[in-house]
Amino acid sequence: MKILTQRKVATISILLSLLLLFVVLISITLGSVRVPPLRAIRILFQSLLGLRGAGSDTERTIILSLRLPRAILAGLVGAGLSVSGAAFQALLRNPLADPYLLGVSSGAAVGAILAILLGLGTFSLGFPLASFLGALLTILAVFYFGRQNGKIHPHTLLLAGVITGSFLSALIMFFISVSQREELHTIIFWLMGDFSFSSPRVILIIFPYILLGAVLLYLRSRHLNLILSGEENAVQLGVDVEKLKLISYLSASLITAASVSACGLIGFVGLIIPHSVRLIFGPDHRLLLPSAALLGASFLIASDTLARTLLAPVELPVGVITAAFGGPFFIYLLRTRKVIRTL
Amino acid sequence: MIEVNAISFRYHEDWVLQDVSFRVERGEFVGVIGPNGSGKTTLLKMLYRLLGPQDGEILFEFVPLAKMDRRDIAKRIAVVAQETQLLFPFTVLETVLMGRSPYLGNLMFESEKDLEIARKAMEWTKVLPFSERPVDELSGGERKRVFIARALAQEPEVILLDEPTASLDIHHQIDFLDLILTLNRERGLTIVMVSHDMNTASEFCDRLILLQKGRVYKTGSPGEVITKENIESVYGCEVWVDRHPVSGMPRVSLMKKGDRDEALGRN
Repeated sequence: MKILTQRKVATISILLSLLLLFVVLISITLGSVRVPPLRAIRILFQSLLGLRGAGSDTERTIILSLRLPRAILAGLVGAGLSVSGAAFQALLRNPLADPYLLGVSSGAAVGAILAILLGLGTFSLGFPLASFLGALLTILAVFYFGRQNGKIHPHTLLLAGVITGSFLSALIMFFISVSQREELHTIIFWLMGDFSFSSPRVILIIFPYILLGAVLLYLRSRHLNLILSGEENAVQLGVDVEKLKLISYLSASLITAASVSACGLIGFVGLIIPHSVRLIFGPDHRLLLPSAALLGASFLIASDTLARTLLAPVELPVGVITAAFGGPFFIYLLRTRKVIRTL
Repeated sequence: MIEVNAISFRYHEDWVLQDVSFRVERGEFVGVIGPNGSGKTTLLKMLYRLLGPQDGEILFEFVPLAKMDRRDIAKRIAVVAQETQLLFPFTVLETVLMGRSPYLGNLMFESEKDLEIARKAMEWTKVLPFSERPVDELSGGERKRVFIARALAQEPEVILLDEPTASLDIHHQIDFLDLILTLNRERGLTIVMVSHDMNTASEFCDRLILLQKGRVYKTGSPGEVITKENIESVYGCEVWVDRHPVSGMPRVSLMKKGDRDEALGRN
């Protein structure tokens, strides 16, 4: 009889990490300036060792200061959104749940808009910091409205999130309508997902939150399996359900907040990556969460690479790519799932 | 083993259970019966502390349930619910292994020993042949047996059953109840079963608790509880009670209106 072992999780994680590494390498060689793969790898490793031999200065700048940070950010966000999406689907027991369901993204957008209106947008990190703050305040508000007698009722929380989100969206529209400022239009693009703010500092800001959220969720992955069959079911098997819900919802929301403040709203990743992984590896979160993180990272890096190279010099919103390629692939998986699960 | 001392419970204003007391001894097969809304399922939920009473207390082996650790409760009391949601279906083996959850730490994976316990449980309940199949592809009767296997994997002392036969045809009902009776008689498991079906409760249970509007109306052997007077008073309708020709246990039959008049000598 086959059961899930630590060894199986480790093996699959290593294989998916190799895939991720491969995708990163491809991604940094592609773009308006083509750097041959081998040279790109040399530049990368020499810089890691503190050397600077290979490639021209321009090539080094392009790879180390532009493409690599962008790939790392896309990878972080892809991993974060996939883990957060998987957790929301389990907690709400709704296959359509995605990381933005609780209105976090609208809060981030309001934070960003206020930063611009108050003139903070000129600071290099004013924009992501303000949106992160907006997202965190939204999470606090949603949990304040959505809890009753110290307990989280999924549907109440969901309603509180959706309504808070709509209210904040109305605020966004209001600001955009009454303000004549050109910069606010960048908000619209940003809301559609935009990695052009990538910088090592943005990465350093969001990385701890995504890591913290993901680790907290992974520590509860076995309990997330149990809550999939209902809260009463989890209680029957000895889970402190209120604690599980509080920590998991907050962790997943924190990940979403960090992602959305770094690069706006990127649809589809948090939905199709967890479902694809479930179809391939089954629903056990001990395998699902790490696999979804690694595959989500690869998927978003690949999507972003396509978004910036497909119609270069025009850069497409990355959400266009995630939907256009992710959608058909997901349908394909759905149609062949019987075959896959018996492999 | 279980001692329920004068518990009362309400969700909102109205009391769902009021001043309910009874005991369940080790190795007993106890049935909880009563009309819709009499508080049967609520009572069952309190026996594993999904809900806590506002008044009174429940003791498990002389320890207040309220003071016990959740995982400890799950090691000793298993529950087979009426329906279990299956969103992303696990296989039968994965489902049964979940019964080992209270014994595992946060990040732990099931060991060979856990697998062996799950395998034995599946053998007992005859679900081993389809251990690799997703639970949602099984029939209602097979699925019930999977959840009994999961309960057995918890290695409990008590199994709580909520309307276990409600959605099963008679063949699967008898299979299921025979299995439970075997677990009770041969393995000494204590069983508390909430049921709508007075006749199966009468056949299988050692003792019955008859609830009416959140209060215990009568407890005792099936012969003492299922009488024409008790049933008519609690359910508010006229029934025919006689003895089962084979077991000799009380049997409740419904009568249509004309027959009721005839049976009671009315015209």
